Amino acid sequence: MSATAAAWIALAAPLAGTIVTGALFRRLPGRSAGWIGTAAVAVSFVFALITLAKIQSVAPGARELTSTLWTIAGTTGVDARATILVDPLSVLMICVVAGVSMLIHLYSVIYLAGDRGYSRFFAYLNFFVFSMLLLVLAGNFLLLIVGWAFVGAVSYILISFWYRRTTATTAGFKAFVINVVGDIGLVLGTFFIFRHTHTFDLLASFHAASHVFASGSGDVTAGCLLLLVGAFAKSAQIPLHTWLPDAMEGPTPVSALIHAATMVTAGVYLIARMHPLFQLAPAAGDVGAVIGCLTLLIAGTIGLAATDLKRVIAYSTMSQIGYMIMGVSIGAYTAGLFHLMTHAFFKALLFMAAGSLISAMGGVQSLDRMSGFRRALPFTFGSFIIGGLALSGVPPFSGYFSKDSILLFAAGRGGWHWALWAAGYVGALLTALYTFRMIFRAFLGEPCAEARELIETGHLHHAEAPTNPANGEIEDTDVGFPGPDHAVAERAVPMRAAMGTLALLSIVGGIVAIPHVTSWLDHFLAPTFADSTLVGNASNGVLALGLILGAVVSLGGVAAAYFIWVARPALAGQLRERFAPLATLFENKWYFDELIDTLVVRPGAWFGRFSQNTFERVFINGVLVGGSTGLVRASSALVRATQSGMLRVYAALMLLGAAAVAFYFLLQS
Amino acid sequence: MSTFVFFVAAIGAITGAIGVIALKNPYYSVLSLVGHMISLAALFLLLRAEFLAASQVIIYAGAVIVLYVFVVSYVGDSAPTLGQEPSRLAALGAFACGTALVVELLIAVLGSGLQAIGHDGAPYHAGFGTPGAIGTLLLTRFLAPFEIASYLLLVAAIGAVTLARRRRGLDDGIEERTPVLELGDVLRTRPAATGTMAEAGGSRGVSES
Amino acid sequence: MSIGWYLAVSAIVFAIGAGGVLVRRNPIVILLCLELMLNAANLALIGFSRMWGNGDGQVFALVVIVVAACEVTVGLGLIVALHRRRLPIDVDELRELQG
Repeated sequence: MSATAAAWIALAAPLAGTIVTGALFRRLPGRSAGWIGTAAVAVSFVFALITLAKIQSVAPGARELTSTLWTIAGTTGVDARATILVDPLSVLMICVVAGVSMLIHLYSVIYLAGDRGYSRFFAYLNFFVFSMLLLVLAGNFLLLIVGWAFVGAVSYILISFWYRRTTATTAGFKAFVINVVGDIGLVLGTFFIFRHTHTFDLLASFHAASHVFASGSGDVTAGCLLLLVGAFAKSAQIPLHTWLPDAMEGPTPVSALIHAATMVTAGVYLIARMHPLFQLAPAAGDVGAVIGCLTLLIAGTIGLAATDLKRVIAYSTMSQIGYMIMGVSIGAYTAGLFHLMTHAFFKALLFMAAGSLISAMGGVQSLDRMSGFRRALPFTFGSFIIGGLALSGVPPFSGYFSKDSILLFAAGRGGWHWALWAAGYVGALLTALYTFRMIFRAFLGEPCAEARELIETGHLHHAEAPTNPANGEIEDTDVGFPGPDHAVAERAVPMRAAMGTLALLSIVGGIVAIPHVTSWLDHFLAPTFADSTLVGNASNGVLALGLILGAVVSLGGVAAAYFIWVARPALAGQLRERFAPLATLFENKWYFDELIDTLVVRPGAWFGRFSQNTFERVFINGVLVGGSTGLVRASSALVRATQSGMLRVYAALMLLGAAAVAFYFLLQS
Repeated sequence: MSTFVFFVAAIGAITGAIGVIALKNPYYSVLSLVGHMISLAALFLLLRAEFLAASQVIIYAGAVIVLYVFVVSYVGDSAPTLGQEPSRLAALGAFACGTALVVELLIAVLGSGLQAIGHDGAPYHAGFGTPGAIGTLLLTRFLAPFEIASYLLLVAAIGAVTLARRRRGLDDGIEERTPVLELGDVLRTRPAATGTMAEAGGSRGVSES
Repeated sequence: MSIGWYLAVSAIVFAIGAGGVLVRRNPIVILLCLELMLNAANLALIGFSRMWGNGDGQVFALVVIVVAACEVTVGLGLIVALHRRRLPIDVDELRELQG
């Protein structure tokens, strides 16, 4: 079996899972839909590993393999084929995506049990895995765009999974609309590039790029900037980020898979994949770096003020992806992808643990109401701690090494990139602060009512009437709303298995690319990025400085969080009063929602109303429709008038007709 | 001589035609038509169609006109809308139409280049236009039209009777009373002037019931 | 007289009849004008028959007379029926096709 064949099977397995669970959704008893879905993704993961093994057996210089299944459309100038590209980058991505997806599926088997839409969930989740694998395996722009669109669509579907909640459906719309803006950028960027390279094939485009584009020319810069728009929308960077916190309306496994580990990293993958083009457009790379840097700082500050558990983790995702975007924009491809991998591990772990905690709270997500769950949920607490440490970049967890590699590269690039380096460490401090604020508030301190109930009676708290955590509306537990059961990790083996695996990976995952020590990842990804011209070799001195600074910052952040929120609880309130304007800014998420509302939504709504009232009502209905019907009515009235019933009129018309015909024949002869 | 007769007959025909359309009273129109037909018969004679001339006078001017006279008498001038003045515009329009037709037909016929138009016709054979000749044609070459024409007459007669028939429920004077027959009637001896003949002929004398 | 004259008379009478059909409102008079047109056609037929020296035209004209008679019969029967039902004997009033 060749590497590409294994890749095809890895791609097809989740699609088969979707079809089976989707077609049989009424007849699958109990949790079989969940196990089928998990099995499908497990098969995919196994074949991803096989692909990994097979590609190692090929010579390093020849590790960019393509495989075409059929030609979709081939005309002059357009080559549309169903091609996959199996090279180290895609193999890394499919292993990460399939692996983390498998664990999240395992978690969801128990987590969503009791929900009326169980089979539907797994059908969609499998389809998501298929779409994401298609995106990363795509060998040409067309399949990339197809995969991109599919993941956007499935994201919308899964955010609105509990479709009878208006908050969920609204959030789904928001996500979809902002993603469409990104899609436009992606497609237009493709056209800009296609105009010159005349091919959709990725490898061919890259080979041709250096010939057809002059470095820094307008077209390639425009194309790359548009691709960046796509990346920003998908990866929730400023200013197209407002959909991600709202996307937490979806079930927690969805948040874990789509909005932490995989879909939001598609932007990072895009920039890494298109690196030959970005190297010809340094301006685009700079834009990406700056936006990534801004996002990581802004999202970090908002995370400090957020009170919804899942939203804190969402802003943390945004911030970490800022790191990754910054990394791949400045040329630190391996480092950025390393951080992508480790982030997938610990962020999925954090979300899973958050799901467990929310279950224990009976569906409530507000941090203000959680406290003291340490004794009630020990395993969840441990998962949070491990995930939090990895996220904050505490050595020797994986997040430490991955974050540091990116910042090291920035330092190595030198010049103005030192500002990015400094911002990165400020961001690390913020990360530690908000992460452990969340953990300490939820788990330390006096147990809240739900925690006490769990400790004393062993029963999970259920609200008397199911309510929407976002706006407090009363719901029921029928189809379209969350089911009545709540599952915590302590009581479900599959959940613990998944979380445990991720915890292990979060701890030891850093070993593949410890800067200047191990370079397995570097060597593995080298064939893809061999043509990279951006170098960021920092001296060992800078490395040491960075490592020490990183450790200090993260541990200091943890300590500070402990100090503010545990040791001196009143201090948090005082700090908030002291810095009230800043606090307001952070709590209102830097007013981005309001800004977009004013700049985009209101004008759009006004234009829609104007179009309807003026253009459509007056012009189209009045002039065009009314005019044409009026014309038809008038002419038919005219014709109707001839049917008067007047005999003499008929006789006259007949005679006239006969005379005309005779006249005609007369003229003829 | 024949030229003179032709002109007299032609003028008579045209005058009669104009009289038909111009006279208000329908009686006078009918009379005018009679004049027209007799002139036309004269024209037929000039064209050596003796039988046709005779049949024109007898059938057309005789039977058909009499039919018109009957109906005009029956309908009468009771309805005030009979023979109303046509509006100026309509009259002008009709005049224009007619003129156009005449001009067209004249051009068509006279300008058609038929050489025979300028002549008096084919050489005359004795027996042309006599009843015998027509009869022979009718019974040999035109047998089918002859039979169909007679059939057509039958159909027309039946149609006329059907159209003009009295219908039930009309308040027109004499009402028909259907004879109602009961068992008692059949068993009883019939009174006088009743029975089949009375039923067929009318229901006079049926017992009031 | 050459045949052309007879044809001219026929054309004139035909046109007068056509005009009469368009102008008069009394259906009886309209039928009379129809008779005019038929007569004009007869005259033309007989003229042509004389031209060819053939009796066919005369037979045609005879059949036309028969047909005219039938048509008059039926038409006048219609008028009698109209009068019976107290409908106005005016083609402009009789515009609807019901009843």
